[in-house]
Amino acid sequence: MTPRPQASLGTLTLHPQVSVRPEPFGALLYHFGTRRLSFLKDRRLLDVVRRLDGSVSLDEALADIPPGEVASFRTALATLTRTGMLISPTTSLADSHDTVGAPA
Amino acid sequence: MKLVEHFATGLDAPICLTWELTYACNLACSHCLSSSGKRDPRELSTEECKAVIDELQRMQVFYVNIGGGEPTVRSDFWELVDYATAHQVGVKFSTNGVRIDAEAARRLAASDYVDVQISLDGATAEVNDAVRGAGSFDMALAALQHLADAGFRDAKISVVCTRHNLGQLDAFKALADRFGATLRLTRLRPSGRGADVWDDLHPLPHQQRELYDWLVAHGDGVLTGDSFFHLSAYGSALPGLNLCGAGRVVCLIDPLGDVYACPFAIADEFLAGNVRSEGGFAEVWRGSALFADLRKPQTGGACSSCQHYDSCQGGCMAAKFFTGLPLDGPDPECVQGYGETALAAAGRVVPQPSVDHSHSPAAARAMRAGRGPVALTLLTRRPDSRPDSRPDRACEENPLAGLHV
Repeated sequence: MTPRPQASLGTLTLHPQVSVRPEPFGALLYHFGTRRLSFLKDRRLLDVVRRLDGSVSLDEALADIPPGEVASFRTALATLTRTGMLISPTTSLADSHDTVGAPA
Repeated sequence: MKLVEHFATGLDAPICLTWELTYACNLACSHCLSSSGKRDPRELSTEECKAVIDELQRMQVFYVNIGGGEPTVRSDFWELVDYATAHQVGVKFSTNGVRIDAEAARRLAASDYVDVQISLDGATAEVNDAVRGAGSFDMALAALQHLADAGFRDAKISVVCTRHNLGQLDAFKALADRFGATLRLTRLRPSGRGADVWDDLHPLPHQQRELYDWLVAHGDGVLTGDSFFHLSAYGSALPGLNLCGAGRVVCLIDPLGDVYACPFAIADEFLAGNVRSEGGFAEVWRGSALFADLRKPQTGGACSSCQHYDSCQGGCMAAKFFTGLPLDGPDPECVQGYGETALAAAGRVVPQPSVDHSHSPAAARAMRAGRGPVALTLLTRRPDSRPDSRPDRACEENPLAGLHV
């Protein structure tokens, strides 16, 4: 899959087929469509992801993150977007459906 | 702390687990790791299975690897598959193809949340049927054809590697390509009836090397379930997580609801509890003393001084256990040859199987009795029946194998 490039990460939301499971180290994300598993290695990143409901801006979602760490959080969100875990609310599901994932 | 270290201490719930729905099977494969054949009358009812699924949903276990026995011979098989996928538990199931007719294939093609693995242990009927029984090759290919005709995408062809089929790797790949399927290679374990035939079927040393080279050359297009990490001692590690998932990120639920540390370890020594007990599966996962033990830091034992220990971590717990080797020593198929030495050592006692659902257990016993080391087990109890030292890397259906991490 090649998600369409996003001019800016304006707002994002979890793909509806993604399940989020908190773990002591952060969280596990599983995409039922692509069978892709992702790890959030920071509880604060989980908080950010949970805040992303498609209406709040990224800046708002990242408001509690110290300025020195915002760049790395943005990188993590970009990765989650590239892998289809997060989508732009305007993206149609057909476009975001990842067909590459190969389950074990 | 690295992510893998968090995994080593166990997760709040499994990422996935293997669930053998029934011991009933239309086949009698000589290497069956669960000694399947006859249905056990105590197997979980439909309602009990649904209660387990409800619990897996609450725990957010993302998917189950359903097997058996032959799971599709349960009359409620499709009902349970539908129930699981409707409750956010994805399903991958393994089958010999017996019930995958045109209608079943269409049904599967219509679901987004079900993956199918067709078992095939030879790229020709001659090699396959010698292990899986007459007609089983044609049955598997018919199932693959039905799936392809129905437009089911990316079925898996699941192969247990033996010394008789390792020369067919390219033919297996061609077969998978023919059906638009993905090849999945896994390791033969001396578990269940596999213990009876392991000496005759496990790959020869030079074949292990050929397999390793083949996997390195075809890594991206072939799944392995992280089966072959013991081959990593040849050189660079094969893709996968360097961790024994048993009791930490995976486990097995058997048809009776018994919970074992891993699908290759159906033995009393690896039994953690039962889903029918108070607290259900969640309590077994979180409270079992065995699992707590498996989540402790492990040492390499006799292997810790080997320069390859970092890559192979001593190999597979189940392979050692069922060949009567110490759990903190080398894997029986250690590519450095330490396994052969250990197997040849005096005093080795192969454990007696705890569970046998074979169609003809008497025949299976007679077969075992015909082998020197196994006959002794009728009289001898394994002295250290409670494994007290385990490798810190496993095996099996590593939940992360093949997933895009």
